[in-house]
Amino acid sequence: MVKMIVSLTVNGEEHEIAVEPRELLIHTLREQLRLTGAHIGCDTTHCGACTVDVNGQSVKSCTMFTAQADGAEIRTVEGLAKPGGPLHALQDAFRNEHGLQCGFCTPGMLMRAYRLLQEIPDPNEDQIRWGISGNLCRCTGYQNIVKAIQSAAHAEHVAEAAEL
Amino acid sequence: MNDIATIPSPADRAEKLEGIGCKRKRVEDVRFTQGRGNYVDDVTLPGMLFGDFARSPYAHARIKQINKASALNVPGVLAVITAEDLIPLNLHYMPTLAGDVQAVLAHEKVLFQNQEVAFIVARDRYAAADGADALEVEYEELTPLIDPHKSLYADAPVLREDIQEKTVGAHGPREHPNHIFTWSVGDEAATEAAFQSADVVVKEYIAHPRVHPCPLETCGSVAHMDPVTKQLTLWGTFQAPHVVRTVAALITGIPEHKIRVIAPDIGGGFGNKVGVYPGYVLSIVASIVTGKPVKWIEDRMENLSTTAFARDYHITAELAATKDGKILALRSNVLADHGAFDACADPSKYPAGFYHICTGAYDIAAAFVSVKGVYTNKAAGGVSYRCSFRVTEAAYTIERIIEVLALKLGMDAGELRLKNFIKPEQFPYKSATGWEYDSGDYPTAMAKAMQAVDYDGLRVRQAQMLEEFKAGRSREVLGIGISFFTEIVGAGPSKNCDILGIGMFDSCEIRVHPTGAAIARLGTKSQGQGHETTYAQILASETGLPADMITIEEGDTDTAPYGLGTYGSRSTPVAGAACARAGRKIRHKAQLIASHLLEVHHDDLEWDVDGFAVKGVPDRRKSMKELAWAAYNNVPEGMEMGLEAVDYYDPPNFTYPYGAYFCVMRIDIDTGEAKIERFYALDDCGTRINPMIIEGQVHGGLTEAFAVAMGQLIDFDENGNVMGASLMDFFLPTAVETPKWETDYTEVPSPHHPIGAKGVGESPHVGGVPAFSNAVNDAFAKLGGVHTHMPHTAANIWTYARDLGLQDS
Ligand code: FES
Ligand code: FES
Repeated sequence: MVKMIVSLTVNGEEHEIAVEPRELLIHTLREQLRLTGAHIGCDTTHCGACTVDVNGQSVKSCTMFTAQADGAEIRTVEGLAKPGGPLHALQDAFRNEHGLQCGFCTPGMLMRAYRLLQEIPDPNEDQIRWGISGNLCRCTGYQNIVKAIQSAAHAEHVAEAAEL
Repeated sequence: MNDIATIPSPADRAEKLEGIGCKRKRVEDVRFTQGRGNYVDDVTLPGMLFGDFARSPYAHARIKQINKASALNVPGVLAVITAEDLIPLNLHYMPTLAGDVQAVLAHEKVLFQNQEVAFIVARDRYAAADGADALEVEYEELTPLIDPHKSLYADAPVLREDIQEKTVGAHGPREHPNHIFTWSVGDEAATEAAFQSADVVVKEYIAHPRVHPCPLETCGSVAHMDPVTKQLTLWGTFQAPHVVRTVAALITGIPEHKIRVIAPDIGGGFGNKVGVYPGYVLSIVASIVTGKPVKWIEDRMENLSTTAFARDYHITAELAATKDGKILALRSNVLADHGAFDACADPSKYPAGFYHICTGAYDIAAAFVSVKGVYTNKAAGGVSYRCSFRVTEAAYTIERIIEVLALKLGMDAGELRLKNFIKPEQFPYKSATGWEYDSGDYPTAMAKAMQAVDYDGLRVRQAQMLEEFKAGRSREVLGIGISFFTEIVGAGPSKNCDILGIGMFDSCEIRVHPTGAAIARLGTKSQGQGHETTYAQILASETGLPADMITIEEGDTDTAPYGLGTYGSRSTPVAGAACARAGRKIRHKAQLIASHLLEVHHDDLEWDVDGFAVKGVPDRRKSMKELAWAAYNNVPEGMEMGLEAVDYYDPPNFTYPYGAYFCVMRIDIDTGEAKIERFYALDDCGTRINPMIIEGQVHGGLTEAFAVAMGQLIDFDENGNVMGASLMDFFLPTAVETPKWETDYTEVPSPHHPIGAKGVGESPHVGGVPAFSNAVNDAFAKLGGVHTHMPHTAANIWTYARDLGLQDS
């Protein structure tokens, strides 16, 4: 199949890559750029394991063609903290509050939570539960994820994700 | 914290160890929160190809012809493998863990929808999928057999032509070509006699419908057969990697030392990743054929419709009792739908798993249990979905039927349980179906739970709400769901339990390095339970080396000692015990070295958190860090150098965790919607290794129980089309529906486990399912209801209420 050239900025780094028009963004991220944090958990846009941030919005990257992301600024879990710097408040909070078990949903959950806290800086429990309802977790029962997001919201350095 | 020996206070040193009882933060989370986990789909090798299945659209059909060229013409497709190609290798069937065989690729006939028909190997996953789409297969449809109640009809279609002539299966005689086994336990005559003479008898049909564990990561594998060294490396989603290696050796004929199985990080298992699936085998075959590494990853539809369903037990339960509520006998007959192949993952001797733990927490003098397994045109499986073997089915049986009995007796369901509990002084208790319960204090746990939820107050409120409803002033009723469950986990003693003839022991091997850091390897495999964290805690307490200084490694069969894997809550009871015992061996050797260095008899030394001190002279001591160093340069004469230990632990008995759960649920009669007001879970898992992780396990298990009871179902239409094979149809609760959980505990250690731990990962699922279902049923108990089946979706509850005549009032 004829390939097309797409340019993406991912975690601050620019890439020009050749993709088939039908290639999904999740596959480009995972297989071409070897950013394997975002995962694939379904084929119906339900699970959110593939969630990344595209141009300031949470996007399920299994449901976007890479071609549609041409020119986009993308942030994945690998870009949540500055390289060599401290972890993002959410990363600490998920660990401290035991907000993960198998870890498969975690990168998508973190990226969704990251955007949620931009949208609503101090969300109440209901807002968090609705805010992450596009991301499924089979292990934790969500209670500690909710706690983690609440505690990250109250941490001081929440807004300081890596400068891109 | 490398050297804790310099801290003066033993209590402070103990805290720094982060041993048993500490809410230690998880080691795993450091990589998982940064997107650095390494799951099977993250494994990429140079030149790697992708495989995908062409699958049957029919539940039952004859394959007339497969036109390989139709797929081979697709750009990027390199090979198409069918059963015909596997026959010369004798690989078209593989043994199942249940003593049956399963088609690796359908040969002549397909037996369930989405069955594997051909394996397409291509340069990338898109081309492989194109090839699978393009493959032309000509079928002749046959009559499907979907209802297990009809499997043994004289005129039922014969499903398994490959074993049609076999009159004896792995578990005894077969009475019909679609019959797998009939298995029974208990005293049938004594049970019948008790039923004959009892004041009160109840009998109910209680279906436990087909569901699926559905971990967030699907199954997959990457196989690489090195064409030069003839070494096979197989990465995959394996809850039991060593068993996979042995099975791979048995079915491929590759010598076992030439096979390395690696289970990398696993994105949840819940029983789905115990079995051996055609995809694993085909990735190996394709790698042999192409000389390249081959990756196979299921999509969600394939996961839900082909690998590892759970339950599908059609249960009849009966209780006999005196009129004042003493239970005299239990009888249960089960029709078990195993699908097209018997691929249950149970210990060899137990084709119905441990279903016969269904006398539960009660002292019941007589019991008889009989389970009949049959074939249908559905996917194979029957795995334990977040429970020990068929224990959720067992707990559901007893906890549901005891409520039916309470209703018939007009007795409070809590009181009826209290009256029938096995008493603390009766342990060890031999059950009527042959188990020996090791320990427990059920009345204390129940009393604590009842008090915590204000049980009496709840019943008063329930009665008030019922009054309001009957008076037409409200359309809501209250259900109080009680579940007091007993599990049987930690499979298991090799005298009872084996898989393919291998005893179900587990193992730990620990090496302490000269600087007092260590690595320990185990035969289990975490799928999110946090083994890297908790095993190190056990070892820290036993060896005095800080948990942070101990690396835990699992899942690589080249390095880890043989073990039977992680499922059935067996890691803590079995491998956790091996950890403790290996740690004690290290400590024992260290003691001898200390005696040599301190020039005292080893009996004159005492253990002091992280080292040995001369009795009565606490300053004369050697820390483990010093002793580790000495192990490499200054050991007593005749002692080997080094500080290593191995332990293979064959447990003397199972462990029996238990708990008391209460679910308070409001039901809207007009919409059928159920709102969980409160869920309280008290667990007794014995010694608590990491309370934070225990609580997390309970939250997760309760959420899965909620899903099963309130919504999950893998359903089929009359043609065998699977109706629940995507996340559009199959219920996985989001954060919005999921209730909030309250956890609590009592702590009665297991008397035979080295540290008294009993396992916890599955209790909340086992106990949770009946708690939810009992709440729904209890809400209708005073409105004419006796039993309604799961899943308790709003539509099903609404229909039930209508059938009870509650919607026209
Ligand atoms: S992979 Fe499930 S939503 Fe994208
Ligand atoms: S931690 Fe396993 S799916 Fe969320």
